[in-house]
Amino acid sequence: MSADTTGERRAAAVPAIELRGISKSFGPVQANKDIGIRVTKGTIHGIIGENGAGKSTLMSILYGFYAADAGEILIDGKKVEITDSLAAIRAGIGMVFQHFKLVENFTVLENVILGAEDSALLRPSLSRARRLLRDLAREYELQVDPDALIEELSVGHQQRVEILKALYREASILILDEPTGVLTPAEADHLFRILRGLRDEGKTIILITHKLREIMEVTDEVSVMRRGEMVATLQTANTTPAELAELMVGRKVLLRVEKAPANPGPVVLQARGLRVVDRFGVERLRGIDLDIRAGEILGIAGVAGNGQSELLEVLAGMIPGEGMVTMKDHTLDLGLRRDDAHTRRSNSIAHVHENRHRCGLVLNFMAWENIAFGYHHAPEYQKNALLMDNAAILKDARGKMERFDVRPPNPMLTAESFSGGNQQKLVLAREMERNPDLLLVGQPTRGVDIGAIEFIHQQLIALRDQGKAILLVSVELDEILSLSDRIAVMFDGRIMGERMPDQTDARELGLLMAGVRGSAA
Amino acid sequence: MSARRLPHWADVTLVPLISLIIAFLISALVILAIGEDPWEATRLMVQGALGSTYGWGYTLYYTTNFLLTGLAVSIAFQARLFNIGGEGQALLGGLGVALVLLFVPWPNWWTAIIAALFASALFGAAWAAIPGYLQAKRGSHIVITTIMFNFIAFSLLNYLLSHVLRPAGSMDPATARFSRDIRLPRLADILEPIGIEFSRSGPANVMLFIALFACFLAWVMLWRTRLGFSIRAFGQSEPAAHYAGISSVKIIMLTMLISGALAGMMAVNSVMGGPQRLVMNAVEGAGFIGIAVALMGRSHPFGIIPAALLFGFLFQGGSELAIETSIPREMIVIIQALVILFTGALDNMVRAPLTALFLAARGRR
Repeated sequence: MSADTTGERRAAAVPAIELRGISKSFGPVQANKDIGIRVTKGTIHGIIGENGAGKSTLMSILYGFYAADAGEILIDGKKVEITDSLAAIRAGIGMVFQHFKLVENFTVLENVILGAEDSALLRPSLSRARRLLRDLAREYELQVDPDALIEELSVGHQQRVEILKALYREASILILDEPTGVLTPAEADHLFRILRGLRDEGKTIILITHKLREIMEVTDEVSVMRRGEMVATLQTANTTPAELAELMVGRKVLLRVEKAPANPGPVVLQARGLRVVDRFGVERLRGIDLDIRAGEILGIAGVAGNGQSELLEVLAGMIPGEGMVTMKDHTLDLGLRRDDAHTRRSNSIAHVHENRHRCGLVLNFMAWENIAFGYHHAPEYQKNALLMDNAAILKDARGKMERFDVRPPNPMLTAESFSGGNQQKLVLAREMERNPDLLLVGQPTRGVDIGAIEFIHQQLIALRDQGKAILLVSVELDEILSLSDRIAVMFDGRIMGERMPDQTDARELGLLMAGVRGSAA
Repeated sequence: MSARRLPHWADVTLVPLISLIIAFLISALVILAIGEDPWEATRLMVQGALGSTYGWGYTLYYTTNFLLTGLAVSIAFQARLFNIGGEGQALLGGLGVALVLLFVPWPNWWTAIIAALFASALFGAAWAAIPGYLQAKRGSHIVITTIMFNFIAFSLLNYLLSHVLRPAGSMDPATARFSRDIRLPRLADILEPIGIEFSRSGPANVMLFIALFACFLAWVMLWRTRLGFSIRAFGQSEPAAHYAGISSVKIIMLTMLISGALAGMMAVNSVMGGPQRLVMNAVEGAGFIGIAVALMGRSHPFGIIPAALLFGFLFQGGSELAIETSIPREMIVIIQALVILFTGALDNMVRAPLTALFLAARGRR
């Protein structure tokens, strides 16, 4: 092909990747239905869709983890059989997973060549990789210290190593699965600069995400998936976030949360000098002062791992801490000598754990058992001193599931068999319907589809409007900005500053999240 | 999605059944290999274990042992605690039974059995409490500690039976016989009033019903009480249990106490119901077979009933085999081992293809 890239020629050119009629089902579940997509060479192509829309399945087929039931894959116009990840690498496909696949105690260099060594002796590969890394760093702002151990690197740098791995394997097509979930806004911007640089060098990039903002910011074209089907492929310049959201969900969606101004009441929970030292002796919270008032949502912004999880867990009585915390004139026993998560619930503190799979739910328990989980001592769930009243729990579960629109509304199904959004609604129903004075919420919409996000946000605001206090932790800055009545930013176990949502923006919060004080910025 | 999994009924019936058939087929090959007739062996085993009330008397006696040790392992396993120490806990339970029956003159069998149940449960629970405490407070792995406590129990019993409890002049490392007045009613005694004739020599006794009742109580405990709810939640997910305010120390201790008590109570059958004195091998490996029973019964108090019956049959049928043929006694150990291997360890070997088969069948519909 000539280097001619006028608009018409470009559209007619052979696509870097073309999928034709890809179908894949797992038992009765059709994850991909007759998917067709053409990804133009040298573009950034976004794939957007709700959880369970089939994005990951499609990419797994492309990377050889699953075999498609039907359909074909063409790379540069030639039909290829991708039977495993080695075949994908040979076809020039590189994949950067959401959860990095790096050896923590190997150096960057060792990770880059792992599995792609040129010979039994490592030295030639290592020096070749070192030269390549130097060149790439210059060209694409992909700076990483080649001799650093992975465990010493920040998440953003670890992600760069994943990209370098793919480039070392001479990938011409790079697939990134939800790459910004773990990054600060600044790191995400940096990543986008890298991606644009790679695109301008002729690489093809597929970006899988559920964040509309990123699609609008960085992609050239975008494909929307819904329920296993590819519903549209659009030029990003010709579309709007609202249109994309509607395509994803199949109906109109409120992107902004509608809420009345907060009406804060008296302080419900007051924390002074709250510290947490984990069992390895690392100080996770370094003296937190917080006031949470009745009738307000206090949002905690921050990059994951800066102490937000510990803040929620120490208030919920899951881990011990030091300092002084009072809940409505009652001083909490932070050392957990008398208190535990159970006593905190009796102090009217409810907790939606940020990890519903690990903590919030017992996945093999049925929905009704999960509704009682944590509250299984509640008097209304007991038949007598000895036996629980399973019928009463079941009845209660039915009501809660109906009011929180958990689908399917069948309390006999195991928690595992619900979708992410419905699992989260199950947890929220349990914690919110007890009318707690303080609700601790971690990542309320992580892995939750757009339709459910809308519902969950409405529920949180309704609880606030009833005069309850809510402490909201989220790594989604948009969520913090739209839900919170007050925002505190955490960095490295400290609160970097407080802002009112209407007097700040993502840029300022992003700087605070990266540890830069407002005055210095 | 649950659709990727086997339907529940198939999981609890088909999987163990197919595993069992494979185990029996391979056993047949082994019997062929040593030059014996597998058909004849099967016939002898069925005849010996189930063909007469005499056989049933022994089969159900062993079943009783396995019910209690299987239940002990099952309850611990519901909390994800692998209690390998049933053998040692049962031995200590036996010691409790012997002490309370030798040194207190009980007026009749039912006061005696109540005392024996209490003593055995207490001793078994105490023996399980130490590994439980080490796990809960010190993080010492319960598999390692319970195994070691089995050896300590063997040595302790060995010492006590040869030096302390052995009647003067006896050459046998065993206690004296218990009083004849407190002999437990056997099945023959129980079935006689309702007109069923049953062999008097089979040692199956009233403990069978107590063991079955224990299964029922265990079911109520696990699925109808707060403790059971907490135990199952803890077993499914320790972080989730922590989140719910369920104390790991409390659950580990209570579960091990219950488990140890059940394993200990098994000795009421095998010491008081069987030889009526404490002998060195009073437990006869029932603690270990309890693990297989629990695996096969999916750690469900009702699931272990057929599993215990199966192993009771194997145990009794196997000893008949050793008497009637030149197939050595060890052959039955091989058969049991194969059953354990296939129903327990290689469980997925059957489940995975079966699941695929089910999915394929459903896909076509």
